[in-house]
Amino acid sequence: MDLTTFLIQCLNSVQYGLLLFLVASGLTLIFGIMGVINLAHGSFYMIGAYLAFSLSALLGSLPLALLVGTVLAVAFGYVLEWVFFSYLYDREHLQQVLMTYGLILVFEELRSLLVGDDVHGVAMPDLLAGSIAIGNGMTYPVYRLFVSGVCLLLAIGMYLLISKTRLGMMVRAGATNREMVQSLGINITLLYRVVFAVGVALAVFAGMIAAPVSSVYPGMGGQVLIICFVVVVIGGIGSIKGALVAALLIGFVDTFGKVLWQEGAGALVYVLMAAILLWRPAGLFKAG
Amino acid sequence: MTSSKSLSSLSVAAWVLAFALLAVFPLLPEPIGGKFHTELLAKVMIMAIFAASLQLLVGYTGLVSLGHAAFFGFGAYAVAMLAPMSEAGNGWLMLAAAVGGAGLLALVIGALVMRTQGIYFIMVTLAFGQLVYFVFHDTKIAGGSDGAYVYFKPALAIGGWQWIDLEQANSFYWFVLGALALTLGVLTLVLRSRFGHALIGIKHNEQRMRAAGYSTLLYKLASFVVAGMLAGLGGFLYAAQYGFVTPEILSWHYSGNALVMIILGGLGSLGGAVAGAFAFVLLSEWFSALTKHWQLLFGSFIIVAVALLPQGLAGLWARLPSSQRKEAA
Repeated sequence: MDLTTFLIQCLNSVQYGLLLFLVASGLTLIFGIMGVINLAHGSFYMIGAYLAFSLSALLGSLPLALLVGTVLAVAFGYVLEWVFFSYLYDREHLQQVLMTYGLILVFEELRSLLVGDDVHGVAMPDLLAGSIAIGNGMTYPVYRLFVSGVCLLLAIGMYLLISKTRLGMMVRAGATNREMVQSLGINITLLYRVVFAVGVALAVFAGMIAAPVSSVYPGMGGQVLIICFVVVVIGGIGSIKGALVAALLIGFVDTFGKVLWQEGAGALVYVLMAAILLWRPAGLFKAG
Repeated sequence: MTSSKSLSSLSVAAWVLAFALLAVFPLLPEPIGGKFHTELLAKVMIMAIFAASLQLLVGYTGLVSLGHAAFFGFGAYAVAMLAPMSEAGNGWLMLAAAVGGAGLLALVIGALVMRTQGIYFIMVTLAFGQLVYFVFHDTKIAGGSDGAYVYFKPALAIGGWQWIDLEQANSFYWFVLGALALTLGVLTLVLRSRFGHALIGIKHNEQRMRAAGYSTLLYKLASFVVAGMLAGLGGFLYAAQYGFVTPEILSWHYSGNALVMIILGGLGSLGGAVAGAFAFVLLSEWFSALTKHWQLLFGSFIIVAVALLPQGLAGLWARLPSSQRKEAA
């Protein structure tokens, strides 16, 4: 592997890792703060990808689709928490698993009914469709750089939101001690609903922005869900920082695994997880 | 105590009756018996074995595993990998490989996942289940993503005598029935033993059990291995029935379905696991006959069931007599 290929693969790893982070951060927030295991989180990614496909065809532009899709996602997450999740918090994990498993089946079939089972591609916006030369006659698509940049901005934004704002303070406090936050007079119901809506929106957004790179296909939700579980397990439940580190780690392992050892790449991330579990059963970073 | 004793003799009678009915089923005349229904019921019983094995983990030990299909699928793949192309393979060898291999796999995975608890445990079992899935899906071990055929049903001979011919639909059915009886028998014995009581104790309060001097980790691991072995038995029967295995049976959807079965039937009850498997297979057959998008109905059914029936079908059953009693009083 020469230096240019190595560089390209590094860029791919970062892009994949940051994308994973967007999905996994919502998952880890919902775990960490509400204690809910949400199997349907991968479906939000799938819904995002199909939204990008349908909306960009409808509106004629991907950026516009991103904007409209994100607004829709927040509203969707808000209502979803209200109808399906708000009474799950006091239930056992098992019931949460079952309920969200049922939601996956419903989302997948609705997708099949509304959009069909075909694999679709989504065109990149013209402005970002080109590629830049990175030496040795190799080029790198601008859109992938754009994806990485946007994800990075969102990651920084999330960091600032959680560590510097009042909302973030409530979120951190809620993750540590729910009853205490409640007794301080903070509307925990609303807080949960907002956090859930943001988590959904992040996953949907990740699905939308990834659509031109990864194509849109049935079953993409389940795939991303399980990788995100690995991210959360490695990073530590509820830890945003852990999710970022773990997502990047997985991005590199998976991308380079596929280049160097095609057959075993699928299993490699799980081997990594097993190794980290042996070393640190609670993940790299504890929540807090 | 007396009421539970009379209940248990009642339930013994119910089990005997249920198995007697199942045993004569293939002999019933066409509209009820017949090949199609016999095969469907064999499928139900295989799923019941799978569900009952998961019940030991989830319902009795309190370990919510979302990767149980790995052991079921491994059992099935053991048959496919050992099956010769041109003749029937040695069924005993396959059975031993399916059950033993699944148990060994459960030992390795269990040793890793027992380091975690709660939500972590759910996610980690899921991830390891996917690891097994990818090993069979991405490599050429047994046909990769296309799956593999078992051309001849395993031959179960004793000293050259073919005492049961699995190629025969009815014989296969009775063999599955026997396996189900064996599974439920083993689980009943396990649950009545000191070991089983310890598992239930762990479910209720692991710390107290540890304080009482139990090395809970070993107990949980043993439960994981027993459940894995019985799931391997289910996988063996699956491969023998369909003559075909795909990575699908290793996937987490399969694990999810098994969870749905035991929750549908009711947690912490072997009868619940069997009832749940019946309900699951028959409902999915019925829904899929109604529409191509049957999973929409099925998913909605699960959601409504969780919202309205937190105790499962068995909970509904348990609620009935007490409500009648209240009315009488």
